[in-house]
Amino acid sequence: MHLKYESTLREPLVDGVKDYHQVTEDIISPIEGKPGKLWYVGFFISLTLLGFGAFSVFWQIYFGVGVWNLNKTIGWGWDITNFVWWVGIGHAGTLISAILLLFRQGWRTGVNRAAEAMTIFAVMCAGQFPIIHMGRVWMAFFILPYPNTRGPVWVNFNSPLLWDVFAISTYFTVSLLFWYSGLLPDFASVRDRAKTKLRKLLYGIAAFGWTGSTKHWQRHEALSLVLAGLATPLVLSVHTIVSFDFATSVIPGWHTTIFPPYFVAGAIFSGFAMVQTLLIITRKILHLEEYITLGHMEAMNKVIVLTGSVVGCAYLTELFMAWYGANPYEFATFFKYRAAGPLGWSYWIMMTCNVITPQVFWFRKMRRSVAVTFVMSIIVNIGMWFERFVIICTSLYRDYLPSSWSYYRPSWPEVGFYMGTFGLFFTCYFLFAKYFPVIALAEIKSILKTSGENYKEKMVVYEEMPAEKFAHDVAHAH
Amino acid sequence: MAVKNFVVGLFDDEAVLFPAVKKVRTAGYKLHDVYTPFPVHGLDHAMGLRETSLHTAGFIYGITGTTTALSFMSWVFNVDWPLNIGGKPHFPLPAFIPITFELTVLFAAVGMVYTFCYLCQLMPGVKKHIFHPRQTDDKFVMVIELTEKTNAEEVKNFLASAGAHEINEQRAEAGWWFGRYDKDDEPYLRKIQTTNA
Repeated sequence: MHLKYESTLREPLVDGVKDYHQVTEDIISPIEGKPGKLWYVGFFISLTLLGFGAFSVFWQIYFGVGVWNLNKTIGWGWDITNFVWWVGIGHAGTLISAILLLFRQGWRTGVNRAAEAMTIFAVMCAGQFPIIHMGRVWMAFFILPYPNTRGPVWVNFNSPLLWDVFAISTYFTVSLLFWYSGLLPDFASVRDRAKTKLRKLLYGIAAFGWTGSTKHWQRHEALSLVLAGLATPLVLSVHTIVSFDFATSVIPGWHTTIFPPYFVAGAIFSGFAMVQTLLIITRKILHLEEYITLGHMEAMNKVIVLTGSVVGCAYLTELFMAWYGANPYEFATFFKYRAAGPLGWSYWIMMTCNVITPQVFWFRKMRRSVAVTFVMSIIVNIGMWFERFVIICTSLYRDYLPSSWSYYRPSWPEVGFYMGTFGLFFTCYFLFAKYFPVIALAEIKSILKTSGENYKEKMVVYEEMPAEKFAHDVAHAH
Repeated sequence: MAVKNFVVGLFDDEAVLFPAVKKVRTAGYKLHDVYTPFPVHGLDHAMGLRETSLHTAGFIYGITGTTTALSFMSWVFNVDWPLNIGGKPHFPLPAFIPITFELTVLFAAVGMVYTFCYLCQLMPGVKKHIFHPRQTDDKFVMVIELTEKTNAEEVKNFLASAGAHEINEQRAEAGWWFGRYDKDDEPYLRKIQTTNA
């Protein structure tokens, strides 16, 4: 029945001899069992971090933004660095779920659910930073264009900071809808095999009454495709707009046209690294090695080396333009205060982590090594955090007026706030890994017969057949 | 919303399901629905369902978002409170593009998901009859509605010859109702219970 012909040269996307029921069993049984000891340890650590973060935020709100080490010269520090970093991480999830769906990449089915969850949690973390940074958070609703009694005085639609409000909230909403609409059929699978009453009740509510009717599937497919089509330009626009926050200003080091593509590539780069970190742990703990295979990791490592090189290219282009553009201020920013100077160390951490080390992924053996991938994924995330730090702080700390030159190191509430978002992120992820189907069940089932290992073996017959005979057989099959 | 009688046949493999659907249609039985654990491509055409218009709805929602964003921002900057922002024009189209784009996507996505839920009657608290608990696991469940013209035994034999391996007869609510999945609360069962008590 499957007209799609896939060569046996392509490695299977699902290892092991599986039928549909086995797939359901493998993916849903972790939800039905009790979580292991590791889960409790991880969850407790995350909750502790979250608590510390909440305390840091309380401290900041109670005493004011003054408790942060920001000053008149360096108005954006860890907070905006972390904001951009978290938003960037989110991008890989949408790339996997939307762009790879449009490109019909079968391997996305194994990883898209977890990656999309990561997107949602990362955007939740990101959104905190600009809001708390406002200082008087209880006035945060001023950024919304609502009819008010002050005139009404509207927001400035020319401002990239306002574009950001729209971009991030749209991104969050669309990602959530996309993710949840994909989850409906899988929640129904959990519901229909549930043994306990509570599980039947809760998953019954979560599944919205999904039955698996053919008409509903037809609409579901149409919905996924259009949402993917919408999410693709959306994800590119989000980080483009984030980069506008910098690029539309006149600060040397920010005012460049290369920012949008450079930011998007960097976002995908760091996002894939975070996906790797999470999935390596998830597949190990939930025993999903047959679904999230070495092939999946290799594919993602290829994306990492590609985007890492794009980012490296952008760094070099920036340096070239700073020299070739003949603007003395821009030249000074890049060559005196970014690659050298008191904060120069951060530039070289960024260069090493983002451009030099990912080059190991040119070797197949490295791409397929779990240990190397795990270590690299953390290095890349450190590197990408420093990229944002470098862009923000090294452009600010030496401004036009030498008397206002300054240095910046974070205070404990800033660090605590950042730790707190880690707590939030991992608390959500642990809950997701326990209570949600971590792998898109229905999607895996739909590729099983073309890309499963046991079905691939049947293809050997066709592989040896002459092309004319195969075409003849297909044309006359009933 | 009606209680109907059905004959339910279970299939193991979508390769057997396709010819069976074809046979049901040529035999003229009333095919209620086919429930599958994952989207089986081409099954909608085999069943003779028309193409969904959800795309068109999405387009309309998108256009609505575009116009909302553009007209609202222009109205604010030109009519409601014209403000000189650094001598910039009151209709700065390039600066309006990002928000216009975001609202287009937002309206299209939210509108489509709501429309999808409305058309498929999906909502928290909604319940529908599940003909077989493994229809969301690994079985393909074909449901044929019994009318006054069809004979249940005949349909059962027919399904067996078409390759169904488990066949049964069910009386069930065909629509949806508000209910809980941890309880057997089909509306017509409730009525029977109250009359018995």
